[in-house]
Amino acid sequence: MNHQHIDVGVALRRSVCHLYSDLVTRPTGAAVRREIEQQLALAGDRTLTVIDFSQVGLLDFSCADEVVAKLLLRYCAGVADAPPHEGYFLFRGVREVHFDAIEAVLERHGLALVVESEPGAVHLMGVVEPGEREVWSRLERAGRRSVAQLAAELQRDAAAVEPLLQGLCRRRLAVPLDDGYVAVGPSLLTGRLQ
Amino acid sequence: MTTVITVPPSLDEQSVEQVFEQLAPLPADARILVDARHARWASPYGLTALLTLAQTRTTRPAFAGPEAEDTASYWARTGFYRHAEALYDLHGTVPRGRAGAGESSVLLEITPVVRSEDVHEVVDRIQQRAHQILVKELNLDPQSTMRFAMTLSEACQNIVEHAGCGGWVAVQTYKWQKRLGRRVCVIAVCDAGVGFRRSLETAHGRPRGDRWDDATALEEAVIRGVSRFRDPGRGQGLAGVRRFIGKWDGKLSIRSGTARIAIVPGWDEDVPLVEDLPAFPGAQMQITIPERLTAR
Repeated sequence: MNHQHIDVGVALRRSVCHLYSDLVTRPTGAAVRREIEQQLALAGDRTLTVIDFSQVGLLDFSCADEVVAKLLLRYCAGVADAPPHEGYFLFRGVREVHFDAIEAVLERHGLALVVESEPGAVHLMGVVEPGEREVWSRLERAGRRSVAQLAAELQRDAAAVEPLLQGLCRRRLAVPLDDGYVAVGPSLLTGRLQ
Repeated sequence: MTTVITVPPSLDEQSVEQVFEQLAPLPADARILVDARHARWASPYGLTALLTLAQTRTTRPAFAGPEAEDTASYWARTGFYRHAEALYDLHGTVPRGRAGAGESSVLLEITPVVRSEDVHEVVDRIQQRAHQILVKELNLDPQSTMRFAMTLSEACQNIVEHAGCGGWVAVQTYKWQKRLGRRVCVIAVCDAGVGFRRSLETAHGRPRGDRWDDATALEEAVIRGVSRFRDPGRGQGLAGVRRFIGKWDGKLSIRSGTARIAIVPGWDEDVPLVEDLPAFPGAQMQITIPERLTAR
């Protein structure tokens, strides 16, 4: 799997104004998303991209909709008609001041994403069913697992676990890898998959 | 003939209706003199509404400012006269503002909002001072500063995205002794654009019910998050504003055309919906955040 890092603060300054650090207004959000999509277009077919908000100050609802929701809508299989490529995203540097806007737009569109708030500490944000969350959390802690392994660890029927895993993959929250599945997270970047 | 429009001594969201009432029967090209000589106080809503009023006139109106020196000085300090000079024929002496005058505190002086770059500037400027006011004076959570700026951003974007012409924003804090006995921070965002009803009417394929008027349009946009855009991501700005004011026990009111809708907190006695107001173009929004009471 390929890796890519996109600094949203840099994308903002490059695409709109070199003095800005706040992601506000819809035209600004649209310009930043186009800048991000240009970089994504250069990526390989199967890529995990770190979307880094570390240098972003304020994020309003309009920008969250343009930069986060529309990006996910374009790449999430099952939502978009034809994603440009098999893209996965890890959102880094997302702070409490960004939560309101991101959570609101995820809820509006029924989306979810993986956030790395601190190095190595990841969690799901957005609309996630309890079953999906349980499977994802186990997968994130355990590393690569087959359906049978995961079902055994969760003490659940494999027939119940498999559709949840496939749903997580469609939503780009997990990746089918070799004969198993891996949660989107830092382990995919470091390659430390059990 | 010039018609004199009398500005009440205290000009706020409620009393500005007296101004609109005098204005409503007059054609846009009628000569008017806006007489504020006896005004003693004005909220940011009142001041931005007076600038908006001038934008609705096709014949340049005249303006007589407050005779009371401290009132005139304060109005100058809010930036009112700087913009009024471009819109009105000013009668009498134009006062100079002086910093630190009066009890009120200008958090953001009256600022024109025309393009999205203006929203960036507003957000940038407000963040520099908002922390001091919101956290130190209104006892709000430190996180409120960013949410306040987000709210301001969304409110201003309504002008850029929907009004079809420029508008105004102003933010002030003052002690609301009579109604609340506490300090409040007030955001006013006013424009003389197309208003909510006409904006929503441009929506492609918008179903028309039996009733369609300014009040219905406000309910659709403010309560149900309807936007004129097909994009399902639209309409979140006002929802975000509602979330912010809900968290801080604030009040939101929006006037457009002949109606005014309000999200009313427990400390206020306003009504949620007022209809049959004097017609006035555009949209006028006020957001009021009260000081949080802390246990002593």
